[in-house]
Amino acid sequence: MDLTYTEEEQDFRARLRAWLAKVLPELPAAPSPDDWPGRRAYDLGWQRRLYEAGYAGLHWPVDAGGRGATPTQHLIFLEETERAGAPYVGANFVGLLHAGPTIAAEGTAAQRARWLPPVLRGDEVWCQGFSEPDAGSDLASLRTRAVRDGDDYVITGSKIWTSHAEVADWCELLVRTDPAAPKHRGISWLAMPMDAPGVTVRPLRTLAGSTEFAEMFLDEVRVPVTDRVGAENDGWRVTMVTLSFERGTAFVGEVVACRRTLGELARRAKADGRWDDPVLRRRLGRLYGEFGALWRLTQWNVSEAERSAGGVPGIGGSVFKLAYSHARQELYDTAAEVLGAESLDLEQGWVLDRLSSLSYTIAAGTSQIQRNIVAERILGLPKGR
Amino acid sequence: MDFQPTEDQRDLRAGVRDLLAGRYGRDALRASVDSGVSVDRALWRELGEAGFFALRLPESEGGVGLGLPEAVLVFEEAGRALVPGPLVATHLAAGVVPGAAAGTAVVSAFDLGGPLVAHLGDADAVLGASGVPAGEPVRSVDPLTPLHRVAVAGDCSAHREEGALLTAALQLGSALRTVELAVRYAGEREQFGQPIGAFQAVKHLCARMLVRAEVARTAVYAAAVTGDAGEVAAAKLLADEAAVRGARDCLQVHGGMGFTWEADVHLHLKRAWVRSEQWRTAAQAEELLAQELLGSAG
Ligand SMILES: Cc1cc2nc3c(=O)[nH]c(=O)nc-3n(C[C@H](O)[C@H](O)[C@H](O)COP(=O)(O)OP(=O)(O)OC[C@H]3O[C@@H](n4cnc5c(N)ncnc54)[C@H](O)[C@@H]3O)c2cc1C
Repeated sequence: MDLTYTEEEQDFRARLRAWLAKVLPELPAAPSPDDWPGRRAYDLGWQRRLYEAGYAGLHWPVDAGGRGATPTQHLIFLEETERAGAPYVGANFVGLLHAGPTIAAEGTAAQRARWLPPVLRGDEVWCQGFSEPDAGSDLASLRTRAVRDGDDYVITGSKIWTSHAEVADWCELLVRTDPAAPKHRGISWLAMPMDAPGVTVRPLRTLAGSTEFAEMFLDEVRVPVTDRVGAENDGWRVTMVTLSFERGTAFVGEVVACRRTLGELARRAKADGRWDDPVLRRRLGRLYGEFGALWRLTQWNVSEAERSAGGVPGIGGSVFKLAYSHARQELYDTAAEVLGAESLDLEQGWVLDRLSSLSYTIAAGTSQIQRNIVAERILGLPKGR
Repeated sequence: MDFQPTEDQRDLRAGVRDLLAGRYGRDALRASVDSGVSVDRALWRELGEAGFFALRLPESEGGVGLGLPEAVLVFEEAGRALVPGPLVATHLAAGVVPGAAAGTAVVSAFDLGGPLVAHLGDADAVLGASGVPAGEPVRSVDPLTPLHRVAVAGDCSAHREEGALLTAALQLGSALRTVELAVRYAGEREQFGQPIGAFQAVKHLCARMLVRAEVARTAVYAAAVTGDAGEVAAAKLLADEAAVRGARDCLQVHGGMGFTWEADVHLHLKRAWVRSEQWRTAAQAEELLAQELLGSAG
C-alpha cells in the first residue's frame, strides 16, 4: 500500500501544472449552456490544445495514437486539470471516454486509423446511441434493426436520451442484426455518421431546461458493413467493454471538483453564519470525509487496473458509481441547505448542478441495475427476479 | 503509487486469518459467549506471540518493526473473527506497559469518552490512568465487552488517532464479515421456491452493504498509509457506519433467525455499537472534518 508518487510521476505533474498555469488564462470565456454550437467549438478547441501539448489520449495505447501513459499518470492528469479548473471534457465525453477506447480495444487497424486521430485532435464529436424508448435498463431488448444489403447495413428504428446528438459527427450505435437469436446474441456495434441521409435528431428538453440529449429517428440509414466494430452479432460483448470504460474512469475529475465545491460551501456558510448550525456543519464535515474516501477509492481502482492485464476497468466501477452518484446528490442537497431560499434562483449555478445531479443515479445504468451487477457479479448471488 | 497491498501484506493478512480461524473460530466464539469469559489469557499470550501487540515496536525493542498499514490488516482480521478483549489498548500499550507487547498483560483504556471503562475486571493496567481504578459493573449490551463505571477520569488523548484507526480496522473486518454472512444465508435460505438471494430486495441490501464496506476499506487503508488526522476521522466515521448498518442489514437478511441469540449477527451489531463509542464518535469525527474543510477553504 503506497500512496506516494514516483519521481517520474511527480515530474509529469509539475510539467502539467506549469502548462495549465500558462494556457488556462489564454482560454476564451466559456459559452452559455444553451449555446450548443458554441459549446462544441469550445470543447473541441480545448481538446486541440491538449493534443498539441501532447496530453491527448494520454492513457490510450501508442498504436491508437495515444501516449501509452500509465493509469496513474492519467489519474494525475485528471486530478490536476480539475484542480486547475480546466474545461470539462464536455462534448468529447463519448469519443474520449468510451467510443474511442472501445475502438482502440476492438477495432481493426483501418478503423483505428480512421476514427481515433480526429477524436484526439479535437476534430470530431461522438455520441452514444444505445438506449431506445423500450430498451433502457433492459438494453439488450433493443429493436433498432440493421439489415444487410450488399456492402451496407440498412438501419431503421429510434434511439432516445442521446447526449450531445445535436453536435455529434459520429454515433456509436447498437443495432439488432439477428432478430432470431437470443436477445444478447443478435446485437452489433456500428459507427454511424450523424449526417447520413435518414438520421433525424429531435432535441429533448431536460428538467434543467436545456437540450442536453435528444431523440434520434433512423429511417433506412445506410452504414457500410466495414464500419462495424467487432464481429457481427458480437456487439453485446463489445458493449460491455464500452460500459466498463464509462463507469470506470468517467467520474475521476468530478470527485476532485466535489471537494472543491464543499470548500466553497463551507466558506459561504461561515460568511453568513450558517456554519454555527452544528447539524449543517456536521453534514458538511461528513461529506468532506466521504469525498476524501471516494478519491482514495479511485486510487484503489486505478492501482488494481494497473496490476491487471489489458487495462479494462473492472466491475469495481459499479461500486464506485453507486457510492459517488448518491454522495453527489447529497452534496447538492446540502448546498441548497447552505443557500436557503437563494437555492431557488436559477441564475445561481448551484441550482443547475443540483438539478443535473439527479441524473447520476440514472445515466450509465441506474443504481438499481448497478446493485444487481454488484450482487450477482461481485457477491455471486443467484440471478432471478 | 500502488495502493494495493503488497505480497508481504497479503501474506500477513492470510496468516492472521488462518491463525484466528484455528484458534478463535465460531465454536470458540460461542463458547466464550456461553462462559462469559471475554479475555482468555492463553489466547492473549498466543496473540502476543504472533506479534499482535508488538507489531509496531521496533525490532531493537523486541517488536516486529512493521507499520500502521500492517497493523490495520491484522486488526481487520481480528474484527472479522470478533475476537473480544481490549486489543487496541493493549497494542497501544506495547513498549509502555510491561507485558503488553508479549500479551502477558491485558491493558484497557479510557477510550469511551465518559465514566465507562471496558474490560476493567480483566485489566492489569488502564491507559490514561495510573494503576487500575475501582469500578462498579454495568450490564453491558455486548456479552463479550464487560463495562464498569469508574469514579475517576482518565485521559488517553495521546493515543486518540491510532486508537481510532485501529478500532476502525476492527469495524471494517466486522462489516466485511457481515456481508459474507448475509450473502451465504441469502444463497442457502429458500422461500417461494427459490433462494432468497434471487429476490432483488435482498440482493440490493447485500449490494449496499458491500458498497459501504468497500468505501470504508479504502478510507481505513488510506488513513493507515498517510496517518493524516482528517483521514483517520473519516475512516472511523465510515467504518463505524459500515459495521453498524452492515450488521443491521445482515440481521434483516436473516429474518426471524437474525433476531435469535443463536445467529452471530447480534454479536457483530453489539460490538459495532461499542466500538462506535470508542476513541472518536461520529459527531466528533464530523466536527473534526468540518474544521479541516473550513481550513482547506482558506
Ligand atoms: C442525463 C442522461 C444522459 C443520458 N445519455 C445517454 C446517451 O448518451 N446515450 C444513451 O444511449 N443513453 C443515455 N442515457 C440513458 C440511460 O442510460 C437510461 O436512462 C438508463 O439506462 C435507464 O433506462 P430508462 O431511462 O429506460 O429507465 P427504465 O429502464 O425504464 O427504468 C425506470 C426505473 O425502473 C427501474 N428498473 C428497471 N429495470 C429494473 C430492474 N431489472 N430491477 C430494478 N429496477 C429496475 C430503474 O432503476 C428505474 O428506477 C442518458 C440518461 C440520462 C438521464
